Amino acid sequence: MLEIRWHSRAGQGAVTGAKGLADVISTTGKHVQAFAFYGSAKRGAAMTAYNRVDDKVVMNHEKYMRPDYVFVIDPALAMTTDVTINHKESTKYIITTHLSTEELVKAQPKLEGKEVYTVDCITIANETIGRAIPNTPMLGAFMKVSGMYDIEFFKESMKRVLGKLPQKIIDANMFAIQRAYDEVK
Amino acid sequence: MAFEKMELKDIEVWDGNRAAAQALRQAQVDVVAAYPITPSTPIVEGYAQFTADGYVEGEFVMVESEHAAMSACIGAAAAGGRVATATSSQGFALMVETLYQASGMRLPIVLNVVNRALAAPLNVNGDHSDMYLGRDSGWIQFDAYCPQEAYDLNLIAFKVSEDHDVRLPAMVNQDGFMTSHTAQGVHTLSDDAAYGFVGEFKPMNDMLDFEHPVTHGVQTEEDWHFEHKARQHNDLMTKVHPKINAAFAEFEKLTGRKYNLVEKYNMDDADVCVVCLGTSVETAREVALEMREQGIKAGVVGLRVIRPFPFMEVAEALKGIKAIAALDRSSPNGAAGMLFNEIAGSLFNTDTKALLSGYIYGLGGRDLTKAHLTALYKELQANVDAGKVTTPLQQFIGVRGPKLAYL
Repeated sequence: MLEIRWHSRAGQGAVTGAKGLADVISTTGKHVQAFAFYGSAKRGAAMTAYNRVDDKVVMNHEKYMRPDYVFVIDPALAMTTDVTINHKESTKYIITTHLSTEELVKAQPKLEGKEVYTVDCITIANETIGRAIPNTPMLGAFMKVSGMYDIEFFKESMKRVLGKLPQKIIDANMFAIQRAYDEVK
Repeated sequence: MAFEKMELKDIEVWDGNRAAAQALRQAQVDVVAAYPITPSTPIVEGYAQFTADGYVEGEFVMVESEHAAMSACIGAAAAGGRVATATSSQGFALMVETLYQASGMRLPIVLNVVNRALAAPLNVNGDHSDMYLGRDSGWIQFDAYCPQEAYDLNLIAFKVSEDHDVRLPAMVNQDGFMTSHTAQGVHTLSDDAAYGFVGEFKPMNDMLDFEHPVTHGVQTEEDWHFEHKARQHNDLMTKVHPKINAAFAEFEKLTGRKYNLVEKYNMDDADVCVVCLGTSVETAREVALEMREQGIKAGVVGLRVIRPFPFMEVAEALKGIKAIAALDRSSPNGAAGMLFNEIAGSLFNTDTKALLSGYIYGLGGRDLTKAHLTALYKELQANVDAGKVTTPLQQFIGVRGPKLAYL
């Protein structure tokens, strides 16, 4: 069982990202689950989304999770919320920030000693897609850190998932995924 | 057919709402009248989109309230069409008056109930308060535990509800957010296979058949009211389960997916079991497996059909069990709990003298964790070892503050 928790703000696309990732993984024969805590569901409110992946049907519907990966797609959430809650020794973090990993860990001592990767998904999204929607770049970074799929396979799969969007937007998302893949440290 | 077909992958990653909306499209529902409410909104939104995009030859009717939504569905069903809608919580509560009209007039309608807590306090998350509110309304009630089942049971619900020997409306329940907004793999049927299973709508006593005028919604006083209600109850008690079983058997032949009135999991040699509804059934199954590794012979019983209540099948499923936990996700507000009472009724005249305890959990979407269920199974085993219920008969799981227990 692979478990992922997303920290996001409502409107940044964490739910779409989690469902998109589930969609891609499902095509490879694995079983998936993607869900979210909506809370008060106001745009901009802190929220979490979740993925479960397993070789057998996912029967577990508890919301409690000890994640293998934590994705933080809004830079302020690493500062204002506890992104390490319910963590394991082996939990890996991919955090959106303009800071370097060292600077971020220094600013947030709770991340010390943990496996932390950083990438500036907001800037990447702004410069490629033209909007601060950092969900697809985060998935590009995840492909690099996890080595889950070949990046070309992943991009092809995401083209299908994003199929209904205008071609320009799809192309921009592909650039965003590739840039985050290349830039995550 | 004048509408477009949709190419689906064998497995689509859909949440429960999407799965239900796709089933409504594939069943080619003629009329959906709806007043959307969280968390069921995407079902009717999906149908409206499919209709606008030419995938359904049907009518989406926007109305001013849930009472009006079900009233319009009743009108459309009486006129002679395939009819469905969706609601939750407060919307369901506002529909209640018309729910009794629909079943009393013997009109086939499929209502997706995306289960959500009832105010006050206001809460949009999942519990079974609305499901329980509909228990005596004369509708058939199915319960889905995951998106796949929300899809399958919608198709099955039309088939059963519209059967001329049944002619009763049916609800398909799914857990708000935990199923409705949780995406999982759903094995799909092709449009032709799904429609072939549900079948053409065959009108009966339809008001648009001007050659054979009929009256719907009449008044009967002391002279006939009881006979009508008795006949409705008789059909619920004698005709519906056989039709559901036949539909389940046909569905299994088509898809390989097998449904039962009562879903048993590892019950053959179980000492202790949990009886519950919704997503909790699946989580409990996973925990029951883990308990067996720890030497506790654990099983799970889930109700697939809540009404008509499978009285005999529940007794059969629980035969020989030593301890039972009845898990109710709705505040009984001054009683023991629906499942506790129904199970007690089912077992009372049998030889199964199990230790029965009730638990209230998950109100307003509060998480039911695997840790909760693990502790619960251990408590049941302790009851078996002691030969008596060692706790009060009613306890609360997952509520903050001092431990609550009654009876």
